[in-house]
Amino acid sequence: MDVVLLSRLQFALTIIFHFFFVPLTLGLSILIAWMETRFVMSGDEIYRRMARFWGKLFLINFAIGVVTGITLEFQFGTNWAEYSRYVGDVFGSLLAIEATVAFFLESTFIAVWHFGWKRLSPKAHAAAIWIVAAASNISAIWIVAANSWMQDPVGYVIRNGRAELSDFGALLTHPYFFGQLIHTLSSAYLLAGFFVMGVSAWHLLRGNEAGFFNRSFRMALVFSFVCALVVAGGGHFHGETVADTQPEKIAAMTSHWETGVNVPMSLIIWPDAANERNAVSALKIPGLLSFITQRDFNAEVKGLLDFPEDERPPVLLTFLSFHAMVGLGFLFPLLTVIGLLIRNRLEDFPLFLKAMLVAIPLPYLAIQFGWIVAEVGRQPWIVYRVMRTADAVSPIQASQVLFSSVALIGVYVIIGFAALYLIVKHAAAGPEPAPGTEGGAG
Amino acid sequence: MTLQTIWFILWGVLWIIYFILDGFDLGLGAAMPFLARNENRKRKLYNAMGPFWDGNEVWLLTAGGVTFAAFPETYATMFSAMYSALMLLLLALILRGVAFEFRGKSDNLTWKKTWDICLVAGSFLPALLLGVAFANIFKGVPVDAAGVFHGTLLTYLNPYGLAGGVLFVLMFLVHGALWMASKADDELGDDSIAFAGRVWVLLLGWAVIFLVMTWFATGLYDNYLESPVLFVIPLAAVVCLLLTRVFITRKEALKAWFASAGTILTVTAFGLAGLFPAMFPSSLDPAFSRTAFNASSSPLTLSIMLGVVLVFVPIVIGYQIWTYRFFSKGGDEAY
Repeated sequence: MDVVLLSRLQFALTIIFHFFFVPLTLGLSILIAWMETRFVMSGDEIYRRMARFWGKLFLINFAIGVVTGITLEFQFGTNWAEYSRYVGDVFGSLLAIEATVAFFLESTFIAVWHFGWKRLSPKAHAAAIWIVAAASNISAIWIVAANSWMQDPVGYVIRNGRAELSDFGALLTHPYFFGQLIHTLSSAYLLAGFFVMGVSAWHLLRGNEAGFFNRSFRMALVFSFVCALVVAGGGHFHGETVADTQPEKIAAMTSHWETGVNVPMSLIIWPDAANERNAVSALKIPGLLSFITQRDFNAEVKGLLDFPEDERPPVLLTFLSFHAMVGLGFLFPLLTVIGLLIRNRLEDFPLFLKAMLVAIPLPYLAIQFGWIVAEVGRQPWIVYRVMRTADAVSPIQASQVLFSSVALIGVYVIIGFAALYLIVKHAAAGPEPAPGTEGGAG
Repeated sequence: MTLQTIWFILWGVLWIIYFILDGFDLGLGAAMPFLARNENRKRKLYNAMGPFWDGNEVWLLTAGGVTFAAFPETYATMFSAMYSALMLLLLALILRGVAFEFRGKSDNLTWKKTWDICLVAGSFLPALLLGVAFANIFKGVPVDAAGVFHGTLLTYLNPYGLAGGVLFVLMFLVHGALWMASKADDELGDDSIAFAGRVWVLLLGWAVIFLVMTWFATGLYDNYLESPVLFVIPLAAVVCLLLTRVFITRKEALKAWFASAGTILTVTAFGLAGLFPAMFPSSLDPAFSRTAFNASSSPLTLSIMLGVVLVFVPIVIGYQIWTYRFFSKGGDEAY
């Protein structure tokens, strides 16, 4: 294997692993902050216990998110030196600002929160977790700004043999950035909501701490319902932006080959990229693809054949990931609506609770599929139509990348299993006993 | 002063703050086998670092991130040329960071022991690697005009590089033991300050050897001979190092820690002042060196980043000082 492929695999591995832990912390920090705020407002001890219980699970995830995040920041230099040289003037600043503005705040105040339960007043303690929640989300803004620049490069000029910044404001105001930010954040919140509902469902099925887990479930339910709508709606609008800015990506997502007007959408498709066509294409709905991408049934939609072969993204992977993501995206509002209808008698519907337990991994999968669409769908470019991925790697040996990948996999497997063990252990143990009672739950 | 010169100074300042802050928790982690053998002592050691290590480590990310933003050509060359060493550093920091968070979350003895090993190895290795890396930067690295590295991991393990690694390990061991001593007024505190005193002797001897080797192995002294006023920096380093000893003898751990912080500051500044304007010198040809002037970002990016850093770094320092004071008597027991 060559350096390009190995480096791509290594980056995919490290970012996928990182993003198994980060979305939960983005959403859970907000839920915990809300729990603590309700504790401050009502003085009801149950909210404090909720914050402590979910907080423990939060910390386990947070730790992995932090340590695997360092890898990502270093990797641009170690594995993607030519990329860093060429676009560092624009891209590097976004990462540096993320560290300076957000990551410091997050890392410092998570310690204040973690070690300050006894020493801070309830109000100050709640403020600490609000700062953590705000900082993690501000962090996400800069990271998404960096990625959306790779998707839709703006605010730069090619000068001195590299991309140089010409308009910083443009990096934070182009529609691609807004669309991606809303879609990324809302899906992360949704994941956190489903995590809280799933763990709560497990306890409700066993009759543990019914009051505690009913409240946790309902809080996460409302949160997830809103987020599920935003994920789906925002995802649709973002798709329109993608259609405008990256037509070949939309064509790959939908496996659309021939440019045409009033383009139908087939409900059943199987791409055959080798022969530049679809092996199967059935159940056509007239004009739907035109309408979805351009809001006009008669609009023209460019097909893959209109793009040179070496500028087309891998069709099958992009197509399948997109459809898996969208399929799951329909499931989430459905589950939350059912939940809302039966929210006051959850225990009467064990089947639903079991479904919610099983549903914990689904948002994780949907989010990973989403990133595959975004990143694989951008290929062969590392920066869309500015720089090819093949030109971006470091002048290093394939063996170096291979060894480091093996070592990273080894370490990630160890910490991944350790984290999973701790999450399951602490999630199953349930909350600390309420003050004045003997023994715990579960 | 040009923007690029200002940025070189800021770049140095960020590395110095990182070495001073993470230096004590890397050093204390590496010193654990000498200071804490039983669970009670180990817990105290972890708790002395618990609320701080994460915030300290972000300075590394910021130093790295700022290198990327302000000097992309340096970042690309340095990070790809030091590929294997950096990957080792990363793996060590990952296991160590996880050790902090995971160790206390299960009572299983094997579990705790495993994470203890991760902490010790994951603290020792970064201290060593950072020293080796910076000594090699002082010395020059075989990179060509295109930034291609002509060497292997072994290239870095030359006598001067290793001497730098040992220097960092000794500096951080003293620094970490003094931190522990400032946090514990029991037997552990006494043992820590005594340990710092013993390592200090080694550090003094090693620092002399390192300074002499620097004369022969690097071009750092060129800047000093050109502007002798710079000799104030190594002089200050000697003063800080001696002050550390004075406070250790008087058993004033916190003051000794600040003197040790001063030592780290001045030793790093000594290297960087000699390096200027180079950031990643080439040993093949000085023309291939990455310097503050030929490797920087555009004036616009440098200006924007200057604004960001000048506004936010003081804010960060402000709230980090607040947390250090807030947890000066320790936080909730968490380990």
